[in-house]
Amino acid sequence: MIKVEHLSKHFGKVKAVDGISFDVNEHENLVLLGTSGCGKTTTLKMLNRLIEPTHGKVFINNKNIQEQQPEILRRGIGYVLQNNGLFPHYTVGENIAIVPQLLNWDKKQIQHRVSELLEKLHLSKDYLNVYPNELSGGQQQRVGLARALVADPPVLLMDEPFGALDNVTKAKIHAEFKALDELKKKTIIMVTHDVQEAFELGDRICLMDRGRIIQQGTPTDLLFNPRNRFVEGFLKEQRLLLEFRAITPPPPPEGGTLRLNGKVLPPDVSMWWVMEQFKFKGNESISVYDDRDKEIKKLGFEDLMLAFYQYKQQKTHE
Amino acid sequence: MNDQQQTLWDFMRQQSDKLATQTLEHIGLTFISLFLAVLIGLPLGILIARKRKLSGSVLGIAGILQTIPSIALLGFMIPLLGIGPKPAIVALLLYALLPIIRNTYTGITGVDAAVKEAAMAMGMSKWQILFKVELPLAMPVILAGIRTATVITVGVATLASYIAAGGLGEFIFGGISLNNTNMILAGAIPAALLAIIFDFLLSRVQKLNFKKIKTGTYILPVIIVLLASVYFIPSAYGSKLTAGFTPEFMGRQDGNLGLQSKYHLKIHTIVISDAVMYKAAYEKQLDVISGYSTDGRLKAYNLVVLKDDKNIFPPYFAAPIVREDALQKFPELEKTLNLLSGKINDTVMTELNYRTDYLHESPENVAKDFLVSKNLWRPDRGGNNGIVRIGSKIFGEQYILANMYSMLIKGYTDYDVTTKTGLGGTKICFDALTNNQIDFYPEYTGTGLLVILQPSQQIINTVEGSKEKTYNYVKEEFEKRYQIKWLQPIGFNNAYALMMRQKQAAALNVKSITDLKNYLDKK
Repeated sequence: MIKVEHLSKHFGKVKAVDGISFDVNEHENLVLLGTSGCGKTTTLKMLNRLIEPTHGKVFINNKNIQEQQPEILRRGIGYVLQNNGLFPHYTVGENIAIVPQLLNWDKKQIQHRVSELLEKLHLSKDYLNVYPNELSGGQQQRVGLARALVADPPVLLMDEPFGALDNVTKAKIHAEFKALDELKKKTIIMVTHDVQEAFELGDRICLMDRGRIIQQGTPTDLLFNPRNRFVEGFLKEQRLLLEFRAITPPPPPEGGTLRLNGKVLPPDVSMWWVMEQFKFKGNESISVYDDRDKEIKKLGFEDLMLAFYQYKQQKTHE
Repeated sequence: MNDQQQTLWDFMRQQSDKLATQTLEHIGLTFISLFLAVLIGLPLGILIARKRKLSGSVLGIAGILQTIPSIALLGFMIPLLGIGPKPAIVALLLYALLPIIRNTYTGITGVDAAVKEAAMAMGMSKWQILFKVELPLAMPVILAGIRTATVITVGVATLASYIAAGGLGEFIFGGISLNNTNMILAGAIPAALLAIIFDFLLSRVQKLNFKKIKTGTYILPVIIVLLASVYFIPSAYGSKLTAGFTPEFMGRQDGNLGLQSKYHLKIHTIVISDAVMYKAAYEKQLDVISGYSTDGRLKAYNLVVLKDDKNIFPPYFAAPIVREDALQKFPELEKTLNLLSGKINDTVMTELNYRTDYLHESPENVAKDFLVSKNLWRPDRGGNNGIVRIGSKIFGEQYILANMYSMLIKGYTDYDVTTKTGLGGTKICFDALTNNQIDFYPEYTGTGLLVILQPSQQIINTVEGSKEKTYNYVKEEFEKRYQIKWLQPIGFNNAYALMMRQKQAAALNVKSITDLKNYLDKK
């Protein structure tokens, strides 16, 4: 879907981005992770030509973006900014309708699409005629997301989209973000410096430092097969938490399910989530069901911990 | 106080025609300049917001323009654009530029970078970003700039009357010259009101929500254009010859009023400052002007004085007038000042004026040369027995006289001297004298009679014809009323006179004011 080849951006003698390459598959969520100044935002902005690269090429859907008119290119790519960048002189409704208006949609279609998105993003219709400064930070960010999604672009670029939010709001929006059906059909590239966020939302992560990609791979790859000291160090502080979040309980036999109090758990449920249920909801075990809906065994806290260590050992020896 | 207000009201009612015309002219001048300034300043501001490298030089130049004194700027315009509304509008618009450019620049560069980036990332073109994002968001700041520019322009527009562009300055400067407080107020109050009203209206516009009233953005220029067009209504005219008279001449019995009542002269007249009048006549922008008979520019510009065959211009013998307490304080002063008495006749004075006004010699040199040639000059005694303060009005002849007196006092007495030259007009000079800001200044008998004393028409008629009678009358009255003494006349008579270019006067066969009237009536 997106192919980046030897992309570089030099500001004078400073190599902000230094010859990086990566691919993003369709409907994948790739996170560019790194400290500030590592070149992740510059990389992102080269994808919709807000910044022109010094060297290298970017292909979206096999088309070289340098050969397209920037305005047209950008109308087909959603963009979400950290400080939301909402137009203060436009109402929420007008803000969301900017791209469709540029694309000359008719009024009814715009109205319909705007109210559809408001609903999906849990924003009341009353906000339609309200100006952005009357909204809370979380609501503003939702409007920013709606604005990026309104024309249903296949690609979405997100520059620290939740960076300005407090932790409580952030957690809530993360959950909504993962649940939003609109996003499941998108190819997303997201920039963040927040390791937890990267692990929670990213299908794959590119860890960047000083303009280069140090390692790219799934969250578990980064955790258990760090390529070098830098990667290890970057994840060190929150390692345990990340591991519990990255690892799932031992899978049931073919066709079977894991259940908690009779409710089927999704296949990607994390160890962390299960532990939370144990700790806060008073549960003591989850049940393993086979393909004929028969309970085979129960897994308690100690079983899970055992599985966790086995998994880790296995991973690090791979 | 009540009495004063009453008479001001009367004056304004009496002159309501003129007042209305001048107010309209003033509004027109202001808005035409403002409109052009916005037309130039806004795109310039946008340009430098885009190309920041240019911002330093553009803002620098606009800033320098702003620091040029308004009168000087008006003066610069005359060689380029002549007199009348054109140079005034250009000068005013140059003044209005800086706040408009600067605020447009600040407004646009101040738009949140994230908002601009979002606009770009959504696929807006540069122009769409400008019109949909940058300008609407910068509008309050831009309007604040226009507001500042409006107030500046209303103020500076009063000076437009100096170069015959009309406006409320006619009353203000006429009033200062004529010692007529009501006239000054009749110009100054409406000018101040205009500034306040426009400022208030623009503050309301500024508070409008541009999202809600999008059309407001378009109405504003339309209003400005309408107000600007007001200017052209009163200035639609046509006449064979054009006269340019000073504000002072316009309001004087021995000036335009006399021309109308005694000669029944009907000529298209514009009001212009003395400083540019002669040049304008020379450059054929004006045909008839109200000059002074000893003015050096008479000679420089080949002008000829029309004979005052009905004697409406009284003699204007110059003499120093001194406060009596100053004469007591400086006992040698009177004797010293009288050294000059009878020494300068009309021709000599015209020659001296010519040297300063046209050959641009310094008044000091001219004064010294003259004193040396008359064997009156003595070196400075470096005295420190008190300081005599000399005043002068704001034209060449007075500067020369002030310099001569200064040299005489320094050479013949032990007093030191300070000069306060360039006091704007009769009223300013005279007020400075009565308020003990200066000790003496050269005044003219006719001015003393008509401007300061303002006696009844009957008295004027009896003394006007003869120079002795006028001199004696003002001398007596000044002593009685103000304790100010007229010393002996210097000799020359600097009276008002109507002048034309020699060539034109010969071609039209106009030698006297009556000839001029007959020529104008012929058609």
